Amino acid sequence: MNQFEQYRRKFIGGALAATGAAFVPGVMLMEVAHSRSPEEAASNKNRWGLLIDTTKCGNGCNECVTACNTEHGLSGKTGLQDSQWIRKVELTNNKTNATHSLPMMCQHCEEPPCVDVCPTGASFKREDGIVLVDRHICIGCRYCMMACPYKARSLVHEDLNDTQLAHMPRGKGCVESCTLCVHKVDAGENTTACAQACPEQAILFGDLNDPASEIAQRLATYASKEVRADLGLNTGVRYSGI
Amino acid sequence: MHIVNRELDGNSAGYWALLGGLGLLVLIGLFAAYNMEHHGHVITGMNNQIVWGLPHVFAVFLIVAASGALNVASVAGVFGKKAYKPLAPLSALLAIALLAGGLAVLMLDLGRADRAIITAWEINPTSVFSWNVVLYSGFFGFAAMYLWTMLDKTAKPLYPVAAYGAFIWRLILTTGTGLIFGFLVARQAYATGLLALMFIIYSLLYGTAVYLLVLMTAYLGSKRPLGAAVQRRLKNMLVIFIAASFYATLVYHLTNVYFAKQWDFERFILLDGGLYTNLFWIGQVVIGYAIPFILLAAPNTRDNRAALIAASIMIVVGALAQMYVTIIGGQAFPLELFPGFTESSSFFDGQIHAYTPSHWEWMLGIGGLAIALVAVTFAVKILRILPESLADEVADPHAK
Repeated sequence: MNQFEQYRRKFIGGALAATGAAFVPGVMLMEVAHSRSPEEAASNKNRWGLLIDTTKCGNGCNECVTACNTEHGLSGKTGLQDSQWIRKVELTNNKTNATHSLPMMCQHCEEPPCVDVCPTGASFKREDGIVLVDRHICIGCRYCMMACPYKARSLVHEDLNDTQLAHMPRGKGCVESCTLCVHKVDAGENTTACAQACPEQAILFGDLNDPASEIAQRLATYASKEVRADLGLNTGVRYSGI
Repeated sequence: MHIVNRELDGNSAGYWALLGGLGLLVLIGLFAAYNMEHHGHVITGMNNQIVWGLPHVFAVFLIVAASGALNVASVAGVFGKKAYKPLAPLSALLAIALLAGGLAVLMLDLGRADRAIITAWEINPTSVFSWNVVLYSGFFGFAAMYLWTMLDKTAKPLYPVAAYGAFIWRLILTTGTGLIFGFLVARQAYATGLLALMFIIYSLLYGTAVYLLVLMTAYLGSKRPLGAAVQRRLKNMLVIFIAASFYATLVYHLTNVYFAKQWDFERFILLDGGLYTNLFWIGQVVIGYAIPFILLAAPNTRDNRAALIAASIMIVVGALAQMYVTIIGGQAFPLELFPGFTESSSFFDGQIHAYTPSHWEWMLGIGGLAIALVAVTFAVKILRILPESLADEVADPHAK
């Protein structure tokens, strides 16, 4: 074997190793995050959810709300008829006067009352636990808004005047709510606008079905609760610190 | 004496004024629906807290009354009381008309009314609304068949099937209407199957009152004889239904008062809910139950025609008050997400929710009532619905 041939083999080997080394973390990460390609259908291998640490959530901070509005093209107005997909709820304990602040949005229930009552199936739950409204068949009856225990849904009361964003179609006369940033999940980003925006990292997005995920590990380690756990809906959004 | 059902002449100025006036109200209702569709629900008083408003008050009242209006026919067809037989065609007609009016309001109030037809093929078996698509259609079918078997002698063999079918169907239908609310798990006002039974009991009262008012209008307006015997029978039914409705209301509130977790809601409805408290006590209880009961039971007014008409009108007013308290009062009281905490947010958590119906909603609701009445006014002119005479000697008050 001449010197050139030796060099050539070494080079190919090195290149392959480098390529492999470059791929491995990606492959490993995909394995860890259970990501899927955009072509792959959502599956029940995942159960996407949020864990909100109310001890970190700042009273008066509204970053998650602003980020959600920007991400989805909402006006941010807070009149009686305006859409609010996420809102900050301030709580005061009636006995102790202790205060808490937390974001409230669609809780992405495993047994969603909105899906049960919807006459057309426009309200639906994906295999991966994300609860959505199909804007093509929503008739605007608002029965889901009556049924939701969390007041998470809004009706679009007036023309949107081309304020819609390409990744988040909306429509006058249809009901809408938090999508758990499904467009980000489907793009493999695996986060939400609210989680990204929170300055205190109080909102953690993750896969409840993956025991190795940070959210699952935290849920397994620390006390957390579902809002209205008495209803037995098994929410995808959990709260700690309250 | 033989009873003959015959079309109304319907040539009087009064008839045409009634038909024209009702037609105008229908047009006004449709105009409101057009505007709500064009501009969106922003022009109504409804919002993201009070999502069902005045149109639903009218719609649910009409649908519940439709089921109850069929009661008179059922007394004849199912319970075999011959005295009610001549009254039965109007009963079935009114049931169809009231349901049509109520459904029209419900459909036209949708955020996307243009898509209502989707409910015909996108069925969700767990949705009470989806069941109702079947229940409403079936009710139209049975009531229409019932009417047909009464008007067409050749269809007589089908009469028992139609009579029993319509009776059972209307019970299922009103169960479905009550469960629209009864199956809402999270709201303090609802989440009880008792609402299905309450709605059935209410339907008997509301439907009979509307029936009486339509019957009176038709007979007094057309100057056909209407004897005391028919009025007395219907009046007696009203007395029983008022008592039953009051009883159902009492049991519902007593249950809530017994549960500590429901105290705040009950205090809101019964004591410090402002408009809702007034509508409950003055509207539903005093105007809807107490005064009509006294008018219909007291010796010096119970056989008085004017008192019967006044009582029936008051029952309808009380019915609308009841629907307002049940539907809007039930939403005005905030959802309790964190028991033991005081809640506040930009989305009005923890607050009594505000709602003022806009004129568009009044127009749509009244338009729905007008659709029902215009249909009846028209039908009694072209079909043999009303007996020529309901005088005592004809209507046979002693028939069993």
